[in-house]
Amino acid sequence: MSLHLGPIFKTLRRHKIAAGLIVLEVGLSCAIICNAVFLIGHRLAAMQLPSGFAEQESVVLQLAPIRKEANVDAATQRDLALLRGLPGVQQASVLNQVPFGDSSNNGGISRSADAARPDANASWYLAGEGWLASSGLRLLAGRDFHPEEYQSLALLRGQPDASIPGVLISRTLAEHFFPGESALGKEVYPGGNKPVKVLGVIETLGRVRPGDVQSQGDYAVVLPVRVGYDAGVYLLRAQAGQREAVIKAARAALLQADRRRVFEPALGIDELRQRHFQQDRYMAWTLALVCLVLLVVTALGIIGLANFWVRQRSRMIGTRRALGATRGQILRYFQLENLLLSALGIALGMVAAYAINLALMLNYQLPRLPLAYLPVGALALLALGQLAVLGPARRAAALPPVQVLRG
Amino acid sequence: MFAYYLDLALRSCRANPVLTGLMVLALGLGIGASMTTLTVYHVLSADPLPGRSERLHLVQLDAGQLQGWRAGEEPDEQLTRLDAQNLLAEARAPRQALMSGGTAIVQDQAEQAEARSVSARYASADFFAMMGAPLRFGSGWSAADDAAHARVVVISHELNERLFGGADSSGRSLRVQDTEMRIIGVLAPWRLTPHFYDLNMGSYARVEELFVPFATAMEIGLNRAGSMNCWGNERVNDPLAAGANCAWMQYWVELPDAQARQDYRAYLVAYAERQRQAGRFERPPNERLRSVRAWLVHKQVVPGDVRLQLWLALGFLLVCLTNTVGLLLAKCLRGTPQIGVRRALGASRKAIFAQHLVEALVIGGAGGLLGLLLAWIGLLGVRMNPASYAELARLDGPMLAACIAVSLLASVAAGLLPAWRAAQVAPALQLKSQ
Repeated sequence: MSLHLGPIFKTLRRHKIAAGLIVLEVGLSCAIICNAVFLIGHRLAAMQLPSGFAEQESVVLQLAPIRKEANVDAATQRDLALLRGLPGVQQASVLNQVPFGDSSNNGGISRSADAARPDANASWYLAGEGWLASSGLRLLAGRDFHPEEYQSLALLRGQPDASIPGVLISRTLAEHFFPGESALGKEVYPGGNKPVKVLGVIETLGRVRPGDVQSQGDYAVVLPVRVGYDAGVYLLRAQAGQREAVIKAARAALLQADRRRVFEPALGIDELRQRHFQQDRYMAWTLALVCLVLLVVTALGIIGLANFWVRQRSRMIGTRRALGATRGQILRYFQLENLLLSALGIALGMVAAYAINLALMLNYQLPRLPLAYLPVGALALLALGQLAVLGPARRAAALPPVQVLRG
Repeated sequence: MFAYYLDLALRSCRANPVLTGLMVLALGLGIGASMTTLTVYHVLSADPLPGRSERLHLVQLDAGQLQGWRAGEEPDEQLTRLDAQNLLAEARAPRQALMSGGTAIVQDQAEQAEARSVSARYASADFFAMMGAPLRFGSGWSAADDAAHARVVVISHELNERLFGGADSSGRSLRVQDTEMRIIGVLAPWRLTPHFYDLNMGSYARVEELFVPFATAMEIGLNRAGSMNCWGNERVNDPLAAGANCAWMQYWVELPDAQARQDYRAYLVAYAERQRQAGRFERPPNERLRSVRAWLVHKQVVPGDVRLQLWLALGFLLVCLTNTVGLLLAKCLRGTPQIGVRRALGASRKAIFAQHLVEALVIGGAGGLLGLLLAWIGLLGVRMNPASYAELARLDGPMLAACIAVSLLASVAAGLLPAWRAAQVAPALQLKSQ
């Protein structure tokens, strides 16, 4: 196929403003859509970060005593024994926090005692007996705590000199602190100047509030400390498909043990995750909607202008047809013209997309726009332009030669 | 003349219904989207206490350890309990209040209703007067109640509705955790946007349901909630103790004028210096005294998503405007023969320009109306948004006026170029070519 670009350029030069406006519109749309799609991808990626917990099987029970518990540790142990005995419960434990939960406890952790500032900020999980099985977390190396290594937080508070026998850390934190070597047996300093041995490394353990995908690692540390249920949550692992039954039975058993307690709604970690990312989902939908409407508006603009040009040039089209141009040639003329304008707009849009991305990087700590987004946006807008111009171009091609010349 | 132009504009619109429809639709979408996000932005960056907020200031002191210190660094945004209590005892401002958030389980005295966990605020006496809390029944507590650790509470309108069916419950008893307390005040419905005095509870959190004198709350051991920052190498056994190196209290002062602000700042520096000489503070004085507005700006309270949406909508409006300019231009050029005739019949360039601007205004007006409708629908959508601020998104008078102004401005901006092009049409040439 021969490209007759000459006449197209000549015509466009006579309609500089209109052509310029189409180029501008396509460019702006391209820039906005590239960044919006990138933002959507960014949100979706954050929403899918794994927590490491067996989310589908988890039940998080949060309750508060109406009167202050005289011996909260004993009450917690009693509750846990009851929960473990329930049918459908694989394991139960008490934790100070779970991913996406209401409370979030983060603290500094260092590799040396004399660090002026903590080397990393990690989520601190205080975990009681049975935490590993009830959470479904997987050990990559090392071992779980031994039963005698757990201490109650209430007792620990009374002894300023008490020390913690060891911690487990997440793989990401282990790699951050000890790149290329095993973290097992190494010493870390969680929030103080006392060294604690790393007993094990957990394959995946997310932050309680996973923030930005890129800027923060999944740094987390688990300490063998049993909190009272008033300062934490019961985490149950239910057998598959038995969550509802377990929640009902657990509530009944806990209330029977002590009526003077107030329950928060029992949820699984997967449901907590849903709740945590509600806003991000909403934002992703908003962005998608804007992209869609933007595409429609741009298409309408192209259709409107192309329609106008077809009408305006009907004499020229008639002349060309009368001189022997085929319908296909007329069709291709308008398609080529649109392709040219779209390509120009997209080139402009790429630059603008990059500029917008730079502004976003400065203001929202977003990563750089991956180059892969640019051709995708370009192709989408080229296709849109061709689709939009098809109607007017076909109408132009359908113009009969004689009638037009007579008119 | 205007009526004639209007008539011409309407005729022209009727003659090109599809093109006109496209323009109105594009403008409407752009205006609708930008008005929706502008409204949300306007609501969220509102002044929580108009007429009063300039006088309220948040106090920050730097009680951190010398290790890891960097000069000029932003001090902790909260105070330790000891500092808050010291400043309150010295009472150098006309009004001041220390406070912290918490949760408590409440039940009516007869234990009839189900016990519920409610959000609470533990504060000192001036809190209600400073924050302009609207009391429906009874009153707040006094400094004497603070000193006596009185077992008194003020409850919110909502809690009063739930427990007492909205009746005047002042003087009645309420069980808070283990303790029997006397209700001395009931608030009228009250919402602060943003929840500025403690942003850690959520920038657009609702005002608490239960208010307890701080000293009382500490004495009976109510649960604290909110952010806490501890420092030092010693493990902190009781972070709520007055001597603990933990910052978790908000401290607000009311300062009527610039002189008072200056004096109070000097006092804070002197206080920090005294604490340093006493060996308590390790860092040089590094105080902050921010007004409500400055505080909200500093904390970037308006959510990033909302700012992002605003920019997105403005970009969208720009695309829609470009679109409208293009289509208007097309329509204008299509009418070139008529313009030629009008020019030949004696219409001046100015008249042609005005006529086309009026046409743009007509389209802009229609687009604005459509935009208003879309903004209304858009705000309905925003209110379904899960965020805590969602329910606040409503169109008000100023935003309605802004909406009209934006649509007129947009239509004039879109109409300028096509109108100018129309005015360039030469009379003779057009007549000849016919």
